[in-house]
Amino acid sequence: MTNEYRVTTQDAVRHSGFGFRHYSPLSFLMKCDMCDAEATVFLTQIVDGKMTQVNLCEKCSKDKGVTDPTGFQLADFLLGNTTHKKSKATSTEEDAQACPECGFTRAHLKKIGRMGCPECYHTFADDLENMLRAMHKGTRHIGKTPGKIVEARPVEKAPKAAPVPPAPKKVNLKKRLADLKAAIEQAVIEEQYEEAAKLRDEMREIEKKTV
Amino acid sequence: MRFTTLLKNPADWMQGHGPHSEIVMTSRIRLARNLRGWSFPGWSSEKQRVELMNEVRPVVADLPEMKDGFDEEYSNLTKTKKQVLVERHLVSREHAARSTGCAVVIDRKQTLAIMVNEEDHFRMQGIRAGLDLRTAYEWVNRVDTELESVLPYAYDPRLGYLTACPTNVGTGMRASVMLHLPALVLTEQIKQVMNAVTKIGLAVRGLYGEGTEALGNLFQVSNQHTLGETETELISRIEGVAEHIVAAENNAREKLLHESQIMLQDQVGRAYATLRFAHILNSKEALNHLSLLRLGADLDLVTECDRSLLDMLLLEIQPAHLQLAATRDLSPEERDARRAEITRHRLQSVPEPRNVSLDKADDSATTSDSDDE
Ligand SMILES: [Zn+2]
Ligand SMILES: [Zn+2]
Repeated sequence: MTNEYRVTTQDAVRHSGFGFRHYSPLSFLMKCDMCDAEATVFLTQIVDGKMTQVNLCEKCSKDKGVTDPTGFQLADFLLGNTTHKKSKATSTEEDAQACPECGFTRAHLKKIGRMGCPECYHTFADDLENMLRAMHKGTRHIGKTPGKIVEARPVEKAPKAAPVPPAPKKVNLKKRLADLKAAIEQAVIEEQYEEAAKLRDEMREIEKKTV
Repeated sequence: MRFTTLLKNPADWMQGHGPHSEIVMTSRIRLARNLRGWSFPGWSSEKQRVELMNEVRPVVADLPEMKDGFDEEYSNLTKTKKQVLVERHLVSREHAARSTGCAVVIDRKQTLAIMVNEEDHFRMQGIRAGLDLRTAYEWVNRVDTELESVLPYAYDPRLGYLTACPTNVGTGMRASVMLHLPALVLTEQIKQVMNAVTKIGLAVRGLYGEGTEALGNLFQVSNQHTLGETETELISRIEGVAEHIVAAENNAREKLLHESQIMLQDQVGRAYATLRFAHILNSKEALNHLSLLRLGADLDLVTECDRSLLDMLLLEIQPAHLQLAATRDLSPEERDARRAEITRHRLQSVPEPRNVSLDKADDSATTSDSDDE
């Protein structure tokens, strides 16, 4: 286990990605990478598209300052802070990019490794690709597909009908917006660009009202 | 259903006897689902969470499967009650730590539980005794299909079900089996087995999920990947692995019986003695001894010790269950005393372990393999 991680440290030099810390129930199975004590802190980080793990005992993790797991960077840890500085300077602007739907930023994503809302998956699609490759068997869903999609999405078999059902009586603008957004995507997928434009206009109208 | 009613009834999985239920305690399927147009719970305001909960809770409670079930929001539940739900594997520890804007709906038999506003808007689980992930999936999948016909799920044709954490995206499914593996631990093969399991991309955890210790020789094996594989593929893979582990555990049990019988009987005997006569029992000690007693029962070294008696006891002696029964908060010392008391009481009817070699001890210095009756 230790060897595997040492092999991947080279990748950590080049780029440090999303980090998270977790406690393992099976600590007795693993030894600290720094000394031979029982490891209780396990750091997993995605570095250049690879899952990298460091196992530490409680003492070493404290010695190395692994107290704030979300802010912890594996590259910093392994190499001191020198290599990380360069990327920090260039990434400030990128980090500020926010999801139009929920305001979640790339900096948030890097820090906590989670998304703010479903729309974030589109906003941060570029970052996602590498994460997914490291985490999963593939990058495409091949499992269950909803048999019947509620509200916004048009039913495939009725292309002529309005893709978006009329707004519900109790107007929930936020939801309506989400529905419209989904309908636009669907329209684009189906190459119904006129329809998409119409929906987009409606969405802008609502956005004006809600601001 | 009231909380007290929920408590009085043992969960279905504790009574049921599924395939391999002597080693596989439970099979569980958890699905993560979210609604379009809402921030994930971790990134939404309390107001939004309450709004979402109020909107979806009635829909969930109205499901035919949830008829006469338990349906409550967390602001109405005490810490102890929430912890009881954790101890019964009905909600996650993470969910129980939350309050306003969270709710849980549980069916009458405690086979289905739907958490509202966990890390995702919905975390729904099906739980079943023994090795039977397929049935657990059937149950929870039916509920999921019903919900998706009335709620706007966040679903992407390319990425599948969108979840707060990208580690769950795709099927949003976590399939897990809870295994009782005392013989693999006693024969020191557990490390090997678990390393192999980890190598093929499955995760191993302790009794209460992520970040918990492996107490009482109980191990949870579950999938790590949720994207790029179908639900059926994932389930078959875990069932296949679980069957291998079950076979390994059975082999290890045989090995103990034939090669280390005295050690085995010593372990079971000590466990029995401690549980029957101790007046102070902490959680860890109790769980580990109960594990050995269960092993003794499985191997007929201990008789009249029904597995469901042990399952029930295992729950009763958990901290929150103890406190709820006492109707007040208990100090750790008080808990240890009560735990011992309940354990002594419940095991009263269980006769002492068979001392197979006792009669022969006088006339044969060497133990023979034919001792196991
Ligand atoms: Zn160390
Ligand atoms: Zn977002």
